[in-house]
Amino acid sequence: MAKVAYYPGCALEGSGGPYDRSTRAIVKALGLEMENLKDWNCCGAMEVKNVHPMLQTYLSARNLAIATEQMGLDAVMAPCNGCYHNLKKAEFELATSEDALNTVKDLAKKSDDPEYTGDVRTLHLLEWLMEELGPEGVKAKVKNTLKGIKIANYYGCMYTRPRQIFPEKDQGPGSESSYKPHFMDDLLAAAGAENVDFPLKTACCGGAHTLSDADTSTQLVLNLLQAAEDSGAEVIATECPTCHSGLEMHQVRAEKEFGIKTGVKILYFTQLLGLALGLSPRKLGIHENVSDSMDFLKQRGVA
Amino acid sequence: MAIHEKTLIEPERILQHDKLVVDGVDVSGHWNTMITPRTVVDYDDDFEATIQKYTGGENVHRCWQCGSCTNSCTMYAQNTDFNPRYWIYVTRLGLKDEIIRDKEIIWQCVSCNKCTNICPKDVRPEGVMKALAHWLEEEGITDKTPSTIFDEEFTEQIYARGRIEDGDVMKNFFKKTGQPLMQPWLVEMIKRMVRYMPVAHLMRMGTNTVFKPRTKSWGRTGEVLQEYVREQKEAAHG
Repeated sequence: MAKVAYYPGCALEGSGGPYDRSTRAIVKALGLEMENLKDWNCCGAMEVKNVHPMLQTYLSARNLAIATEQMGLDAVMAPCNGCYHNLKKAEFELATSEDALNTVKDLAKKSDDPEYTGDVRTLHLLEWLMEELGPEGVKAKVKNTLKGIKIANYYGCMYTRPRQIFPEKDQGPGSESSYKPHFMDDLLAAAGAENVDFPLKTACCGGAHTLSDADTSTQLVLNLLQAAEDSGAEVIATECPTCHSGLEMHQVRAEKEFGIKTGVKILYFTQLLGLALGLSPRKLGIHENVSDSMDFLKQRGVA
Repeated sequence: MAIHEKTLIEPERILQHDKLVVDGVDVSGHWNTMITPRTVVDYDDDFEATIQKYTGGENVHRCWQCGSCTNSCTMYAQNTDFNPRYWIYVTRLGLKDEIIRDKEIIWQCVSCNKCTNICPKDVRPEGVMKALAHWLEEEGITDKTPSTIFDEEFTEQIYARGRIEDGDVMKNFFKKTGQPLMQPWLVEMIKRMVRYMPVAHLMRMGTNTVFKPRTKSWGRTGEVLQEYVREQKEAAHG
């Protein structure tokens, strides 16, 4: 079993709180072990690279170096797409550019930070669960099947793009696909869900402009919500706090400002998996979601 | 989906007449539309090199105009005037006026990376969109866009504390862009959010706005990074 550091990132400690709580709860229920990444810093999300790309590379390199140099661990696990993407991008940049590596070393020396050695792996929570348990391992622990709840699995942009920075994807059977990701589908199917054929799995939610260009984000979110409903989904499962907050915020905005109401529920995949593992909605932070799905979940007998 | 072209005839060069007589011949009717000829003389030989010095614009010279970026673009699907392929083309030709013509929409790139993912020449069009937007701002052609204001607010918090506080980002962004914090849809969202929220979580969120999250071992890191970025920008833009 890989020795894994858990990197929640700013979102999971803030607005993505329910994702943090449900992640910790399912990791425990599934018998996996992780240690909190010590005194981590923000990955720079989508914003910092626009100020300077090296800034983003350095922020991620610093986190990876903490895991190896200070904690002696093999891998950093991030449930947030933004954190995961940035860590992977830093790994890629530093493995392919000596200039970048030298700059990071120089900045670490000046800042008195641990030095990046490259001897570390980045995993998304989905990848970690697939690696350690896979659908069969999850199925063995299911106590309360999701009873055919129809789910549109939504992966967003940063889990798959650009594919150059994810060398382990698109490697044939068993690997994740960057064009048609399926890990979340596989895990939720193992928990008894019925995955609908959702064509916008990796479409953009407009997360980068949630506030700075709200009209665009609302339109992009509406595309997702309406396509999910058209696909027959009752729930959109998310695996990124930015996508999740964006979907929730703009679902409310579309309703409030444009009078367009959509009925599809929005839940973190960890919350759905947690219900299947027999954990309580409160423990999974379902009450903390903006999208109110409690009545629906009770009606379907899973909460 | 086909790779769409953009017309090179600007609306203001199309002249339509109710009645038109050319060389004594009445050509009214089907022949009443004329296009003002245009000779391109306003190009800037150094423009491509200028954009390459901006973050994200480094690889613009690699483009061979296959159109994959525009074809895959999230924003193009919303508005066909948002055309990365065209902007890369005119950047390489040095036609700054063509960029300036679209100054109000270039910044709207959502960074979904579809273009960068599909580009066969590693142009990284997403970066070029950001480079063009920053060039427009630095030249004083546009004001700072909401997107840049958001990026800078975010980065300042990281320089200072190593972490961001999302409530604080939102509050400062609205303040800096002159928008009211209490937008009706946000109020509605917060109402729905706190409806069943456990008190402990509410208290934690409240505490975060007063005692901002901080990386304890941040030490000099923020200052070192800030200094590095300042030096790099000075070297690139003088």
